[in-house]
Amino acid sequence: MSYFAFLAEHGPTLLLGTVTTIKVLVCSAILYVIISMIFGLMRLSKNPAIQGIATVYIEFFRGTSLLVQLFWVYYVLPFFGLSLEAFVAGVVALGMNFGAYGAEIVRAGILAVPKGQWEAAHALNFSPAKRIKRIIIPQIFPIILPPAANLTVELLKATALVALVTVVDLTFEAKQINSITWLSAQCFGTALLIYYIMARFALVPFLRWLEVVAARKVGR
Amino acid sequence: MEMGFRWDFAYEILPQMLWATLNTIIAAGVGYTIALIVGLFFLLGQRTPSKIVNVINRELVEFIRSTPLLIQLFFVYFVLPQFGIKLSAWLCGMITIGLHFGTYLSEVYRGALEGVSKTQWEACRALNFSTIYTYRRIVLPQAFPIAIPGMGNYLVGIFKDTPLLSTIGVAELFHAATAVGGYNYRYLEPYTMVGIIFLTLSIPAAMWVRNLEKRVNLAQGKVKQ
Repeated sequence: MSYFAFLAEHGPTLLLGTVTTIKVLVCSAILYVIISMIFGLMRLSKNPAIQGIATVYIEFFRGTSLLVQLFWVYYVLPFFGLSLEAFVAGVVALGMNFGAYGAEIVRAGILAVPKGQWEAAHALNFSPAKRIKRIIIPQIFPIILPPAANLTVELLKATALVALVTVVDLTFEAKQINSITWLSAQCFGTALLIYYIMARFALVPFLRWLEVVAARKVGR
Repeated sequence: MEMGFRWDFAYEILPQMLWATLNTIIAAGVGYTIALIVGLFFLLGQRTPSKIVNVINRELVEFIRSTPLLIQLFFVYFVLPQFGIKLSAWLCGMITIGLHFGTYLSEVYRGALEGVSKTQWEACRALNFSTIYTYRRIVLPQAFPIAIPGMGNYLVGIFKDTPLLSTIGVAELFHAATAVGGYNYRYLEPYTMVGIIFLTLSIPAAMWVRNLEKRVNLAQGKVKQ
């Protein structure tokens, strides 16, 4: 079978899987950004209890393997009466895992905002919440976006793992087609190419654009 | 089915899990060693004067870095036999991990080499040192400490990615947990134990890397802010 015949027959299935992969990516990206913001801020709290919770969370999720967390959420949580759909389990595991990495980026970003900004906000009698929300957060974006972009590309690659908890994404479809046709080079090669195109020609340019916008917003 | 964590069952499967942990550690160690060497080759490809080699090398690194390790594993495991190359799951896994993380390590190496100030090179040129001598006695001793934190991070990274090997049938920790869980219809204890074993190994490792980083920065006194 020529490669074009293969594409004509199985291309649509792979594209359907790609749509699911994109859905997983978008949902888990939103979740991980929220989690990193919350835990990044908690990590800098002066309250030892709040800081402790954040530290334990971050160390736990960075210390264990994503695949283990994913399987734990999908196969073990039902033991405690919490059954999640495969898609939800995948998004939750990805979001929580990458949120831990993102929290460290946010923390470093907040620490990188010049001290003078904090002092000026203090001098102007801004409340702590307003200080963070109006002065500090807007300034961290140009700092955190480059490492966050790397993390997001890693997230795209990590979405492949949700196939192992039966989410029908690109990897799952590729495996499925492989087990029917045994045209391994074609189906895994095509899957690799699709991931590459998504990362190199869609995700990375988008994230670069975000970086430019963020830099412009703070007048750089 | 009995709810809650069953300690007797956990205790029963503990020896099996610990043996499998040994396999995980071996896989991580071997994969890392291959990655260290592969990284050197990618670095070489990056620094050769030939423009064509540079471009091919860069695109290859970019491709490997932006595609999932999982599918790379499948690719190597299922495609090589089609060309008559029959490798064991272990070997496939080690090669793939070595290639995948080799691209990352080549970036670490590159960063370290670029971290050595240009004036060092100029001074060596002025002293009429050969290129090899310059690398061996001047550049590498200064670049190595800069590379240590990155290298350490990827050791921990490889360790945490070894569970992926279970998907092609390498009998490491996660594979053992899945097998035990399937056999006894209980996944709670095996998967929880995998998590705990990973934590007890990777947190000290990460702390050791962080400590190393601090010591290197102190000893260098200038390299990092």
